[in-house]
Amino acid sequence: MAIETALPASRDDIVSLAGLRQEPDWLTQLRLEALESASRLELPRLEKMRLDRWHIDSYGKYQPGRAVSSLEDMPAAVKELIGAASPGGLFIQRNSAEVYVSLNADIAEKGVILADLQKAAKEHGDLVRKHLFSVVRPDENRVTALHAALFTGGIFLYVPRNVELELPLQALLISDDKEASFSPHILLVADENSSVTVVEHITSVEGTSLVHNGVVEVVAKAGARLRYASVHNLGSGTTDLTYRRALLERDAKIEWIIGEMNRGDTMTETFSVLQGHGSSSDSKVITVGTGDQKLNLTTRAVHVGKSSESNMITRAVMRDHATAIINGITKIEKGATHANGEQTERVLMLSPTARGDANPMLLIDEDDVKAGHAASVGQVNKEQLYYMMSRGISRDEALKLLIYGFLEPTIKEIPLELLEKQLSELVERKLGHR
Amino acid sequence: MSELNFTIKGLKAKVQDKEILKGIDLQIKGGEVHAIMGPNGTGKSTLASVLMGHPAYEVTGGEVTLNGDSVLDMEVDERARAGMFLAMQYPSEITGVTNADFLRSAINARRGEGNEISLIKFIRQMEKAMQELEMDPQFMHRYLNEGFSGGEKKRNEILQMKMLEPKLCILDEIDSGLDIDALKVVAAGVNSMRSPERGFLIITHYQRLLNYIRPDYVHVMMQGRIVKSGGHELAERLEREGYDWVKEELGIEDETVGKEETFQMPMNTIAPKL
Repeated sequence: MAIETALPASRDDIVSLAGLRQEPDWLTQLRLEALESASRLELPRLEKMRLDRWHIDSYGKYQPGRAVSSLEDMPAAVKELIGAASPGGLFIQRNSAEVYVSLNADIAEKGVILADLQKAAKEHGDLVRKHLFSVVRPDENRVTALHAALFTGGIFLYVPRNVELELPLQALLISDDKEASFSPHILLVADENSSVTVVEHITSVEGTSLVHNGVVEVVAKAGARLRYASVHNLGSGTTDLTYRRALLERDAKIEWIIGEMNRGDTMTETFSVLQGHGSSSDSKVITVGTGDQKLNLTTRAVHVGKSSESNMITRAVMRDHATAIINGITKIEKGATHANGEQTERVLMLSPTARGDANPMLLIDEDDVKAGHAASVGQVNKEQLYYMMSRGISRDEALKLLIYGFLEPTIKEIPLELLEKQLSELVERKLGHR
Repeated sequence: MSELNFTIKGLKAKVQDKEILKGIDLQIKGGEVHAIMGPNGTGKSTLASVLMGHPAYEVTGGEVTLNGDSVLDMEVDERARAGMFLAMQYPSEITGVTNADFLRSAINARRGEGNEISLIKFIRQMEKAMQELEMDPQFMHRYLNEGFSGGEKKRNEILQMKMLEPKLCILDEIDSGLDIDALKVVAAGVNSMRSPERGFLIITHYQRLLNYIRPDYVHVMMQGRIVKSGGHELAERLEREGYDWVKEELGIEDETVGKEETFQMPMNTIAPKL
């Protein structure tokens, strides 16, 4: 039975915001329906965690933000995060809707669209409407429903057929206004045989106690190849609820590289639907749990297409009193012959009061397939420590190298040097090494 | 560098309540190569591990000194920095730490803060050493021993030994799993390091290695003790006749350390004291 709880917004709120944002009717309708679903649907059920006990009610208020025409108009803190990177395109969102977008001329010429999603809903209405919420549906649970009703800002990226982009596209979404809502929706559509790399960094300042209810939808048409890197660095007061999902058609490929570096409670799901024959997905997730934070991280692959492949690796380092439930779900549907699904979950415990659970799940409904999993939860390997010390490296230094080395293989996969460096620093900070 | 004097007196050690070393006496001086031979289960590898300070073993008696300093009072890393090196039988694989970074950290740990080796010098030395050991230069950028074959791991041990320039080198069955060509390369690497200031303790099961690294002294271990010592001709006789004549001579029936092989708890299930 669904519990009647107060929703963070009312129908009137949505309608008036729609007017403010000059939203197309179909979108407003979608939001209203989602709001209605939200009152009926339940929260997603998490393994060994009570999501209903988390702080998930403060969505904040929508703040329109100024029009930003140049990077110079952005605060110093934002500029610092962008640094000296020179990507093919840059998208910055501050708080609810303050957006700066720039795209290299030669990339734009190829028909690539990189835009603020709310604007794109008007200017590229057909394209957006066709794909929005086609991968993550509003009626899945209360969280997705609220997201659909309340999402603010966000990105629309469209890469046309056969367009291959060498330079990565960089996105920075930052919350520095404690009152402003911050729940962006990222919609990425890669048309047939296109290829693109997106590097996304979502961060908030300390002192905000909002919910970041975010969704990343990726539509990968036949033969498309994507790399999606994401670093989440939200403050201790922010609760992160994020769904990332890719729908892959025939021979499409996605590589997810995820750094969950929040300081607050986090529930994320990184999910690849291998719909088409020969589609494949590779996901690498790392996290460092600190303080009292609760982490519920799920990586998921569903094989529908024949000869589809998935590989999921999650590595977590747990300190202090942090709790992590790491789930790996590989599902092979009947008909997905010659599918191959592998997953690995590794948790490194550095504190006797921290908690790490690795839950691998293989759900297989087809015979001629390969699937495997490896899960381990353990402390620092003493043989490795001894080996390092036997070469003269001090215990502290050896521990640092071992712990950092545990996460390093994923860190070095981040396709933008600047973000790789930032992730590296975040890891070191969370490990207490700086 | 002064002359080396490495002395072991009455060393006793146990692992999980089972005594393995029952009183080892040995002295190694600079320029000397000592070989320790013996059948399996006699405590040879244990000796190597105990000397280096492996946490699974507990010393129950005796002393070990390196140029007058007590080794047993030192932590594993201190022993290494004092000039001891153990080329292990089963080197660890460590993901996330490259061979190059690891080696450079080890060298700098020895050189101390403020005296770190320059990157260029390090690379030059490393490339030269790798060439001598016939190692693929690409290995340097791979993670520590990850995906290395047995032979490659052993060569990596010798590479580290060359770069760290220790005073006392202990080689624990460096020849096991090597084909004759790899063996020759490894032996050449070891021989190139022989010097008046350096001593070697070579633990081997097969005499074959000693054809390439000619020892000054050969010791036979049985039942956790050194039961016979001699020169190279002792190794040759063991090669021809095996160990039975030694057992007969000394009235030993079972040369192993105990009747049964006790099950060794895998290291990573023992709670560490971090």
